[in-house]
Amino acid sequence: MTIGTAKRDRPWIMRTYAGHSTAKASNELFRTNLSRGQTGLSVAFDLPTQTGYDADHVLARGEVGKVGVPVSHLGDMRALLDGIPLETTNTSMTINATATWLLSLYLALAEERGIEKNKLTGTTQNDIIKEYLSRGTHVFPPAPSMRLIADMITYTVREVPQWNPINICSYHLQEAGATTVQELAYAMTTAIAVLDAVRDTGRITGVEFEQVVGRISFFCNAGIRFVDEICKMRAFVELWDSITRDRYGVEDPAMRRFRYGVQVNSLGLTEQQPENNIIRIVLEMLAVTLSKDARARAVQLPAWNEALGLPRPWDQQWSLRAQQVLAFESDLLEHGDLFNGSHVVEARVKQLVEAARQEIAEVERRGGAVPCVESGYIKQRLVESNALRVRAIETGEQVVVGVNKFVDGADSPLVKDRASSIQTIDPIVEEQQKAALTIWRSERDEAACRASLDALRAAAKTTENLVPLSIACARAGVTTGEWSDALRDVFGEYRAPTGVAPVSGESRRESGDEVAALRLRLDALERTMGRRPKLLVGKPGLDGHSNGAEQIAIKARDVGFDVVYEGIRLTPKQIADAALEEGAHVVGLSILSGSHASLVPEVVAGLKAHGIGDVPVIVGGIIPDPDAEMLLASGVARVYTPKDFALNRIMSDIVELVERRYAGG
Amino acid sequence: MQADELDALARSVVAADKRSVAKALNLVESRREQDRALIGAFLDRLGRERAAEFGHRIGLTGPPGVGKSTLAASVALEMRRRGKSVGIVAVDPTSVTSGGSLLGDRARMGALSGDDGIFVRSYATAGEPGGVTSTALASISVLAAAYDVVLVETVGVGQTETDVRMLVDTVALVLQPGSGDTIQFLKAGIMEIPDVFVVQKADHEDLADRALGDLGSALRMTHAVSGPAANAWETPALATSALHGRGIEPLVDAFDRHREFLGDSTANRRAEGSVAWAMRELERLHGRYATNLLGGRTRLREQLAVDQRAGAGAFTLVEVAASRFLNTLLASGHGPARQREPS
Repeated sequence: MTIGTAKRDRPWIMRTYAGHSTAKASNELFRTNLSRGQTGLSVAFDLPTQTGYDADHVLARGEVGKVGVPVSHLGDMRALLDGIPLETTNTSMTINATATWLLSLYLALAEERGIEKNKLTGTTQNDIIKEYLSRGTHVFPPAPSMRLIADMITYTVREVPQWNPINICSYHLQEAGATTVQELAYAMTTAIAVLDAVRDTGRITGVEFEQVVGRISFFCNAGIRFVDEICKMRAFVELWDSITRDRYGVEDPAMRRFRYGVQVNSLGLTEQQPENNIIRIVLEMLAVTLSKDARARAVQLPAWNEALGLPRPWDQQWSLRAQQVLAFESDLLEHGDLFNGSHVVEARVKQLVEAARQEIAEVERRGGAVPCVESGYIKQRLVESNALRVRAIETGEQVVVGVNKFVDGADSPLVKDRASSIQTIDPIVEEQQKAALTIWRSERDEAACRASLDALRAAAKTTENLVPLSIACARAGVTTGEWSDALRDVFGEYRAPTGVAPVSGESRRESGDEVAALRLRLDALERTMGRRPKLLVGKPGLDGHSNGAEQIAIKARDVGFDVVYEGIRLTPKQIADAALEEGAHVVGLSILSGSHASLVPEVVAGLKAHGIGDVPVIVGGIIPDPDAEMLLASGVARVYTPKDFALNRIMSDIVELVERRYAGG
Repeated sequence: MQADELDALARSVVAADKRSVAKALNLVESRREQDRALIGAFLDRLGRERAAEFGHRIGLTGPPGVGKSTLAASVALEMRRRGKSVGIVAVDPTSVTSGGSLLGDRARMGALSGDDGIFVRSYATAGEPGGVTSTALASISVLAAAYDVVLVETVGVGQTETDVRMLVDTVALVLQPGSGDTIQFLKAGIMEIPDVFVVQKADHEDLADRALGDLGSALRMTHAVSGPAANAWETPALATSALHGRGIEPLVDAFDRHREFLGDSTANRRAEGSVAWAMRELERLHGRYATNLLGGRTRLREQLAVDQRAGAGAFTLVEVAASRFLNTLLASGHGPARQREPS
């Protein structure tokens, strides 16, 4: 075959999940990425923006500009998208609880630039259910959250018809440990909950409802078992087609098409021999691109060094190049679907579809996705699955190259110097953002702001669509924290079930010599100390990724600790208070957002202030070596990073700390 | 710990100094045999500080998953709004396999943290039945000395509710509509009527109404059987939705009314509770044999009541009875004989 003569399919949209420090710095990054062949934007917001706080809120401390860009008001949105043509740029925003707000800022900016709303293309992630289950950036309780989603969908279907108002995320379910079947089932039940909510508003005509279904898109994950992942994507196509047809009576097959974007798996990326990750990333990309009939519309790949810290521009470019080589160098896009007629693939797809249907029915039997979030049913299933996964890696049953097999190797020239092989955020950006915020507030029309917020609050108490009112707030110069606070006033705040229930994973029946030995040591400690050793596990800051904390909590229970699991989004003071009130013997902190440098010392100081400065503190997270040294020097007893996968060893360390501190061991 | 240190600690607990409360709880939680006398002494000292005014003790009990933690948090917030400080004791089950536990109630009480007028401590059942640990009573006493209200949250229906009754002034049984709990409860027969019924998660109105209706008719029947005593407490059945903050104020009103209703009889109720608890604890530690050797249940109860009136707290009651038991055992010659038996 002659090169370049075959008719090629159009490649998928290529993005890089990007944003950090400030709107201006992120704008430069976006422009560079676009100039290197990226075809869409994927905006990462920082945690204060995602959870509805301004940079000067106490919970924002240490988090500003860390995992994404801070956008506090229209001025930040202007700076973020300066010089980028909105009418031709497909912009994906990873934003959920405050999705209505960020979309409103985007629409207000488009309006300023005189761009018709119907020209805009892009996506707001806006899937609150998976936030309760895995990502943890939710703000409001389920009912008003579903109402905000329905408001956005019913607004965009008329006013911004090319916008994907929601990206149902199976991605984060997998990151939280979901099995393939769970990922399929819970993504579908989420979609059902969303469509039911839209239908039940009564604002939508039958024709519009078909369009709504057609604009629902998904955000999926692909792990290293890539054959199974190929089958999973095909199972998604089949399930969605039948649900939209049978449950909602959508007749147009085009409206029933399963449209999805992908970020491949971050959970499986390793800190050990991190260069191997690029190979994992490429294999995972194949899973979502090989099937023409179930191919991703947009792909963003993580970087090889994400288990070490934030990726640098070069690291992200390497991942982009992987996409470009596959799409433009290889012959993939010249062929039809490679798997049609494959017995192996078809049988597996059938199996997955059937198993997923059973679990969907189970969730429906329990009232649907929202009641199953409130009852903790789904979360508990995920925590249990993840515990099994973690255990399989620890025992070696699940091979991870460079981690539990083929561990010895030559030193990698890519990570000669750990500190400079990742992106660091200058802590000055937090002060800059706070200062800019003060100026912004002093220069705006205060009365107009207050009026727009009053109107928003009043409407929130009715069933009026909140999108137009939010756009009015955006125009008036309202900030992210103010918009969120106005709705907090009306809706209240919500803490989702942690999935760490007294019986979580008990069916797993931990056993083995190591566990038995740990239990004996804890029994002995209880006899000496009079109390069973108590471990407090908490997550300071806004980071909602609770996998690590959950697994530590369950494991500690299994070896015999009394474990107080505090959940996410706590201030250092709250954790120190809890340690005092609970009489904790050890405090465990988990932080993945990179804000450990400021939050951990604050917890340590809080313990000292309470007169319990001798309680050992251990920290787990994505913590670069120099930071780990700094933390140890500031009084932290142990630091654990993703390379410490052997939970029994961590437990043994903790028991030893207790022995040394309380039993004179 | 020296006597003056115990005195100082007791005084600062009464002053609600958080560090001292935490320290006192750590002390009374100890299961070391050698600490029992110390704990008893400390609690008796605490009891002498200002017993009559001590905080209102409210038990929230009910099956798992009915939202007791969320309810406790809402009640605590409402109490705070009414100017009262609140201590919370949350009890979760211990794993039978590992002896460890996952105490997750605190995570569901997020709204409470950062408030110096609230103190939450979580406990594991440590294998003791009824969801009420031996340390629970001691801990409740400490918190009740420091705070205006103590909420005790335990898992279980039936037995637990009777057990909790020994520890608190007001028992609220929390049930969920449509879960079959109400029916089960009614079937089990109302042995001890809780002081307040709560139908939680009353988001589905018809289900909540039905549950309230069932409870209402059962209560009327009980009253009809036992005959309405003059000035009897009429057990209210209330619907709440802690998640949506509904029904919380009427519930707190009911708690306050019950406290008022008890009035001077509170001391009696607590005294009876202490004696009942001491009897159970004695049997847990030394078996039914101990009770029998001390003259059987009725005799033991009378003796303990005398000791109680003489100023012994529940913990000390157990100590006193236990040493009496051991002395009787030695005097009767049963002890050495038993010791000679092969173990």
